[in-house]
Amino acid sequence: MADMQDYKSSLSDVTSRKFETFSYLPEMDDERKRKQVEYIVSKGWNPAIEHTEPENATSSYWYMWKLPMFGETDVDVILGEAEACHKAHPNNHVRLVGYDNYAQSKGAEMVIYRGKPV
Amino acid sequence: MAKTYNAGVKDYRETYWMPDYTPLDTDFLACFKVIPQEGVPREEAAAAVAAESSTGTWTTVWTDLLTDLDYYKGRAYAIEDVPGNDEAFYAFIAYPIDLFEEGSVVNILTSLVGNVFGFKAVRALRLEDVRVPIAYVKTCGGPPNGIQVERDKMNKYGRPMLGCTIKPKLGLSAKNYGRAVYEVLRGGLDFAKDDENVNSQPFMRWRDRYDYVMEAIQKAEAETGEKKGSYLNVTAPTPEEMYKRAEYAKELGAPIIMHDYLTAGFTANTGLANWCRDNGMLLHIHRAMHAVIDRNPNHGIHFRVLTKMLRLSGGDHLHSGTVVGKLEGDREATLGWIDIMRDSFIKEDRSRGIMFDQDWGSMPGVFPVASGGIHVWHMPALVSIFGDDSVLQFGGGTLGHPWGNAAGAAANRVALEACVEARNHGRELEKEGKDILTNAAKSSPELATAMETWKEIKFEFDTVDKLDVQHR
Repeated sequence: MADMQDYKSSLSDVTSRKFETFSYLPEMDDERKRKQVEYIVSKGWNPAIEHTEPENATSSYWYMWKLPMFGETDVDVILGEAEACHKAHPNNHVRLVGYDNYAQSKGAEMVIYRGKPV
Repeated sequence: MAKTYNAGVKDYRETYWMPDYTPLDTDFLACFKVIPQEGVPREEAAAAVAAESSTGTWTTVWTDLLTDLDYYKGRAYAIEDVPGNDEAFYAFIAYPIDLFEEGSVVNILTSLVGNVFGFKAVRALRLEDVRVPIAYVKTCGGPPNGIQVERDKMNKYGRPMLGCTIKPKLGLSAKNYGRAVYEVLRGGLDFAKDDENVNSQPFMRWRDRYDYVMEAIQKAEAETGEKKGSYLNVTAPTPEEMYKRAEYAKELGAPIIMHDYLTAGFTANTGLANWCRDNGMLLHIHRAMHAVIDRNPNHGIHFRVLTKMLRLSGGDHLHSGTVVGKLEGDREATLGWIDIMRDSFIKEDRSRGIMFDQDWGSMPGVFPVASGGIHVWHMPALVSIFGDDSVLQFGGGTLGHPWGNAAGAAANRVALEACVEARNHGRELEKEGKDILTNAAKSSPELATAMETWKEIKFEFDTVDKLDVQHR
């Protein structure tokens, strides 16, 4: 068994900040992003893109990138909007949301472009 | 023509056995498993149960004639064989809704599982299932928040939530206890949990525990940037004391408190659920004592009924069993009561032991909590069985990590996220679990170490309370 390691996390180390679902896995590559978009589409949820400055990530309301893409099932269109949002706000977290209008909740929500830790 | 009064004892079945009765949508329905005393015919035993759980007493009394007993009586309307058990039978009984005080789980249980369970004509009796009419559901408060509201408050979407019961369950000082809470939260869990035995003992009084736990929550939130909670147990010797503790938890800004609904009782639980609804507090429900009531397959109350009673009384989380860990629980039956907690309409399904359709209307759902003897190797099965709307709690499976609580928590969080991601990618978790975890451990030394530590642990005792299935 490996030697004991210190758990590196502190108030002063900004890389300790997480951002909920999938933030404990390595940052997503294009293939993993695509599969999550496919999952949201397969569930019939409405995809949406939101972003925020990392220092404001704990707020309930991030900035909407346009409106949720109601009824959109084209995975490339959805990925394209996420990328456009990221290009416009390169230092921000960009998250992919799947709005489940039957549960009146979000069936999925995950950061797919990680902003600059601050 | 008016009835006449004839004193004496008459057969129950003359009054309470009504095989031609068609239950009303507003009736309460109950299915009892009955083992009658030798020589008592099934119809008579079923009618006796209907009588003793509603209007009847052992002899005719003249005051019966001052009311319309034919309206108020329970009616035994069907009898069925119990698969795999020749001496027992199912008795189906309908009760008019006016037998029960509105919004009172206490009153439902006092009638349905009251004196009748000690009744001499039956050797053993078990309440297998009930159908609560939607008209009655509407009179109950139910979960103070519900699944959707809790997700919004805690900011957790698209995955089960993760918890951990702090151990040792008894004996820690408040400050050391808070340390254990802080470590699991900073490592990536969403919740820590007071053990059910932890109330306010001499070694750790409740107020001190709450203070240190809140400091732990606040620091972990600042450190990780994520919402955190810790179920502060407000279970207390008296309702007054319970509310005092709940009020202090609110004053500190705690997001969630906890209660033991069976040992504390339904009056306390329903009152506390109402308080939580009024005060925006989440309510975690533990179920100590349930196995005393629900484990014997021939006598007592099935857990699916206790589940329905809790959903009516109110709670946002309820322990459900894990299917895979150290505690009792038949898989199909467990899946049945998990649906009963979460869904708005559950269809009759004998393969899960569900005897009636149950319509909850708009009543919020309850998060099932899987807790007890589980660790990272169980994660693929747990995510597959429970889905997103659940709380998975690893006590020893977090705190027992060789590098400590934070590493144990991180291992569980990585394993959970890897399983959820794999599921979203369309992979079969229970088949490919090992591969999924092994791959995730490449970027998480905490997970790799957890997988080494718990590799060999298995729980393979047979279930005592099995579903009734044909043996012939």
